[in-house]
Amino acid sequence: MLARAVTHALVGLEARRVEVEAHLQRGVPAFAIVGLPDKACQEAKERVRSGIASAELEWPLRRITVNLAPAGLRKEGSGYDLPIALAVLAASHQVPPERLAEHAAVGELALDGRVRPVPGVIVAAEAARRAGLVRLLCPHESAPEAALAGIEPVPLKHLAEAGEYLRGRLQPEAVEPAKSAANGGGLDLADVRGQERARRALELAAAGRHNILLAGPPGTGKTMLSRRLPGILPALTLDEALEATRIHSVAGVLAAGRPLVDRPPFRAPHHTASAASIVGGGPGPRPGEVSLAHHGVLLLDEMPEFHRPVLEALRQPLEDGVVSIARAAGQALFPARFVLVGTMNLCPCGARGDPAVECTCSPQKLAAYGAKLSRALVDRFDLVLHIPRPRGHELDARPAEASRFVRARVVPAAERLARKRPRLGADARELLTRAVDTLPLSARGRARVARVAATVAALAAEEEIAAAHVAEALSYRAPRELAA
Amino acid sequence: MTYLSVRRGQAGYPPLLAELHDPPSRLHLRGGPPELLARSSVAIVGARSCSPYGAQVARELAQSLAAAGLVVVSGLARGVDAEAHRGALAVGGLTIAVLGCGIDRDYPRAHTELARRIAESGLVVSEYPPGTEPSPWRFPARNRIIAGLARATVVVEARDRSGALITADFALELGREVFATPGEITSALSAGTNDLLRQGATPLLSAEDVLEALGVEPTPQALPAGLSPESLDVLERLSDGARTLDELVRATERDPAGLAATLTELELAGLIAAADGVYRRATGRGPPRVART
Repeated sequence: MLARAVTHALVGLEARRVEVEAHLQRGVPAFAIVGLPDKACQEAKERVRSGIASAELEWPLRRITVNLAPAGLRKEGSGYDLPIALAVLAASHQVPPERLAEHAAVGELALDGRVRPVPGVIVAAEAARRAGLVRLLCPHESAPEAALAGIEPVPLKHLAEAGEYLRGRLQPEAVEPAKSAANGGGLDLADVRGQERARRALELAAAGRHNILLAGPPGTGKTMLSRRLPGILPALTLDEALEATRIHSVAGVLAAGRPLVDRPPFRAPHHTASAASIVGGGPGPRPGEVSLAHHGVLLLDEMPEFHRPVLEALRQPLEDGVVSIARAAGQALFPARFVLVGTMNLCPCGARGDPAVECTCSPQKLAAYGAKLSRALVDRFDLVLHIPRPRGHELDARPAEASRFVRARVVPAAERLARKRPRLGADARELLTRAVDTLPLSARGRARVARVAATVAALAAEEEIAAAHVAEALSYRAPRELAA
Repeated sequence: MTYLSVRRGQAGYPPLLAELHDPPSRLHLRGGPPELLARSSVAIVGARSCSPYGAQVARELAQSLAAAGLVVVSGLARGVDAEAHRGALAVGGLTIAVLGCGIDRDYPRAHTELARRIAESGLVVSEYPPGTEPSPWRFPARNRIIAGLARATVVVEARDRSGALITADFALELGREVFATPGEITSALSAGTNDLLRQGATPLLSAEDVLEALGVEPTPQALPAGLSPESLDVLERLSDGARTLDELVRATERDPAGLAATLTELELAGLIAAADGVYRRATGRGPPRVART
């Protein structure tokens, strides 16, 4: 007897249709899975056998062959457990084969027959919908995620439920598409005392999506400030949210229960991270931190402590907004448009720039520290600013403006920038030319200043960039010791 | 590659250098015309790990002196030395780097490019033949050449027992003018310079002090016309000492955006300088004298 179930294999952010064929023959009882399964997929045998027994269904004492077609595509992970089990059950007529063929299925089985969530359900659901399948058998936890794709999910807690449902003895529960995911803990700018300049720079970074580098002695609030950037970014549009959700789903980092990523994501990888974890990669390429930060913020705290190749690998996504990973099996594209926030001390010991402590770094160590960030990378930061140590009385200052007020200015400014970028006025152009002559400002630096000036103008609700806007933008340029 | 050299007693050997009690028997030269050695020059020396303040003073002093036509002499070391060379180059001035190794050995390595730029118009000189590797005992000897070439020596920042003080001692022995920039008495980086002041060195308050001592006509400088009242206000506040932008925000009760614009305009006008997020009044114009109208 032969039966088929439909499932999907993840290739990057895409799902490819995979047919799970189960064939039962007379002969010595055996169970084989073919069609390029990886180790996790090969181990499905044991989970499926126990799962079927635990669901009080019958394990057919036949020679069972399961083929995952197309046989040339590598199958990775444990999401094939459920479709394999269902194909075997259909082949042994314990569930109706023709009904199974109308469904897509994905999910991992526990030994007691429970259905466990797997990564990438939203991507599989979208592919199933495009293929004209109306229902997706999926783990209960992943059902709201699947509903986002516009397919009707059949939420399953246990394999036995799948049998009941396919035999028509169980109606699936209705599933609401996922709502907002909890995000960032809601850190508010009201917690930051003083730091007027840095707050202003964050506002510019949010409105114009400028990368920002914060330099200063330790303990001055660089990290605290950067963690509050996502809170003043505009909320994601539905398309953006779905795109971010897809990436988070494939990476398996969606928050359970509230899976729609509709607030700008915030990622802060540790400085020991590998290049593959930052930009993405691995055998069945997985999205890296830059893609998880898509439409949000990537914080590299203590940037010079990151490995140099990791930092250099960032340059391509920063330029193109997308990571392309080539593998023998094909190419995976992961979008990666994010605001990069870097923090650094001014010297390895950290005392430089702090009037209260004397720096003990030798000139050689200082030079080596500065050289850790390549010129090309520093060039990617539109806004560079020093965070000096605040004086005591500054910390007693009155509570500052809350994030929602800042966001109320950022949102219209971002819309204005998207609609029509402010143009350079005559005075502004003259000042910019003077600055290129007087300051160490390259052609790329000039373009960067003009970009920031446009954001300043947009925040001021001006159609044209004035000289004062350029003057402010110039104050965020990289200082000589970083730029040269 | 062959290099020019001048021997003691030959025409072209700088007469000022010959006043040393052990003048080098030969000077190897790389770069510009040898006549440069005879031009009126000022040495600017100081700490290698200088503060942002020291770097700013060295750079601006070198700019003013080079703009007035003087040659800036220093030792190509990191910190004050390098800033002095860069300052002179920035205004298209002439500068001489005296090395404690062969003139084809750029030491420190990081200054290879700086040395190349110096040699385009100025000179890189050494008493050691090309190929001599740097070693610690050669540097004090190098300092006597710096002091010997220059009509005056300025020590910008120096710790106790700094090499820059050796240069100052040589200059004093030769009876040349020695300037020191006053620094905070609490800063170790100013211990050496403040000690020089106690011993009778002339305090350096502006580039004009040096020009006056050498009898060079200073170029008259006044505040540029057309500064806004806001700019004048900020300038006056900075006259009381260095400030961060956040401190100015609180003092003036202006918004950070407008203040940033004001500060950039003052910076472009050369009236203030920024380092590590701290704004200072530019030197070279003497003590602050902002007239409020």
